[in-house]
Amino acid sequence: MILHNAPGGGLGPYLQNPHITAADIARLKHNLGYDKPIVVQYVLWLGHVIVGDFGYSTSNSEPVFNAILERLPATLELMVSSFVIAFIIGVSAGLFAAVRPYSIWDYFITTFAFFGQSMPVFWFALMMQLAFAVHGIPLPGGYMIQLPSAGISSGDTFDFGDRATHLVLPAIVLALLQVALYSRFMRSSMLEVIKTDYMRTAWAKGLNFRTVLFKHGLKNALIPLVTVTALTLPGLFGGAIVTETIFAWPGEGRLFFNALGQQDIALMMGYLVFNAFLVVFFNLFADVAYAWLDPRVKYD
Amino acid sequence: MAISAPINQVPIVEDEAVVYSRNTVWSRFRKHKLAMAGAIVLLLMVVVAVFAPKLAPYDPNAIDNVHWQGNPLPPCFQDAGQCGAHSLGSDENGRDLLSRLMFGARISLTVGVAAVIMELIIGTLLGAVAGYYGGWVDYVVMRITDVFLSIPLLPLLLTLTAIVAASSSKASLGFGVIVIIIGALSWPGVARLVRASYLSLREREYTEAARALGNGDARIMLRHLLPNAIAPIIVQATLDVANVIVLESTLSFLGFGIQPPTASWGNMLANAESNLEVAWWAAVFPGLCILVTVLAINYIGDGLRDALDPNMR
Repeated sequence: MILHNAPGGGLGPYLQNPHITAADIARLKHNLGYDKPIVVQYVLWLGHVIVGDFGYSTSNSEPVFNAILERLPATLELMVSSFVIAFIIGVSAGLFAAVRPYSIWDYFITTFAFFGQSMPVFWFALMMQLAFAVHGIPLPGGYMIQLPSAGISSGDTFDFGDRATHLVLPAIVLALLQVALYSRFMRSSMLEVIKTDYMRTAWAKGLNFRTVLFKHGLKNALIPLVTVTALTLPGLFGGAIVTETIFAWPGEGRLFFNALGQQDIALMMGYLVFNAFLVVFFNLFADVAYAWLDPRVKYD
Repeated sequence: MAISAPINQVPIVEDEAVVYSRNTVWSRFRKHKLAMAGAIVLLLMVVVAVFAPKLAPYDPNAIDNVHWQGNPLPPCFQDAGQCGAHSLGSDENGRDLLSRLMFGARISLTVGVAAVIMELIIGTLLGAVAGYYGGWVDYVVMRITDVFLSIPLLPLLLTLTAIVAASSSKASLGFGVIVIIIGALSWPGVARLVRASYLSLREREYTEAARALGNGDARIMLRHLLPNAIAPIIVQATLDVANVIVLESTLSFLGFGIQPPTASWGNMLANAESNLEVAWWAAVFPGLCILVTVLAINYIGDGLRDALDPNMR
């Protein structure tokens, strides 16, 4: 398990490798001024990246680093809110299913998780737009739920309510897959924990339901989930490309998507390096968090 | 989707005491009701895809000049007077939606299967070599898979397709290019799986016996070890078909996959997005097709996992 989660030893310097072939193909085609060999170009690019120079974004007319930094708050807003939604719903659903395994609720939750996992994100986004933005959901009493389907806010001035309504749909769309994932992991992890001896001891001591479940059970069941979460978070940026594009969210995903359309190689590369960095960071984070949360784990 | 990759990690079978008799596997699979339902749905989809030219009521690219006035035609069950005999309505260009869905099934299923076959060939080969030989070969192969796994799949795919599209002389990407790109990027999961099996299998007595009998490495790897490592590979491959179908439709939706006018479920949705307000049917049905197909395949994968290894649950 630990071996599986650990980032590869010799990974660091070669991290940018797989997309580099792609990059120099395009560079050759694109920047006609370059007549150096591909390898030299790559080494030059790598040299620049190491000192923090990601090149110049042609589609945004600013350095790549600034472009990425600029979009970060919007993406974080979306990520964090969808993650919080997903974590709360996913963990409680998984817990609920594990406490009463093979009950009707368990089947309902596992089926939902399967649906969530099979759902194409972009179609789910379209359906949410269709339901909540185009038609609106009528409520008893003549009220309508109608939510904005594009952008991060209506005006330039900050208005919390306005920002929140803009956030609802994209956050839900982005949360769906995570809910499915977390509830599945939570269920199986909790089922493992429930079988353990210390849980039986806790029951035998006559502790009440809540104490046993939350203090003894949940705490231990959450440990593997932390790892899973840390490992899936960077993948979320992939899902964010689709979500941000559909909901016109001014974040990293849409920045990248626009760069694709405009052949802005420097920006694409910058985005991929940024992503790779996140993966390595979260892998490390998962390993450290795991050891910290679970004293049984020791690294040599 | 990129995110879904880690979900479908299949644990390695440690104990070969499980007998993979074809009959027991089938009877176990049959008991999994949802997997059977999935198999039936998928079979239907395959039949529709194969016989699309015979079954489709219209040419998928033909514009209905008689009825179409510039707005998408509604489905017949919604407005029988307006639909012009298009049972599921038409898209924004007056093309029959049902026929396009049927031809889209061909694309999705073919891309799914073809990319997975490619992924299996690369992944099995590299994984087998790494697991069988170990040492520095293993180290090199595993570092390569690490590199591939360290970048989320979707951005990488998008970058590659965008760059290949820009550098090719043709205006649009061929079907084969999409398959090759997806297959070439999604093999590391399989490689890890195969490697892990081979690491333990190569220590077995029968491997040694095969070697003692003078079999070559290639023969041992393919004839003696592969059959014993096949169960998790089958499950992973099944689940990957579903993943690839979603990936392809996502690429097509974003405009970097199958190019119009060829109908694919993904690019049909791309057109539907701009007509969301007037034509709900054009947005609902293609997505429903994707969801149903992917769900069916995922349930089959789930059933196979249970059938091939009852200890896994």
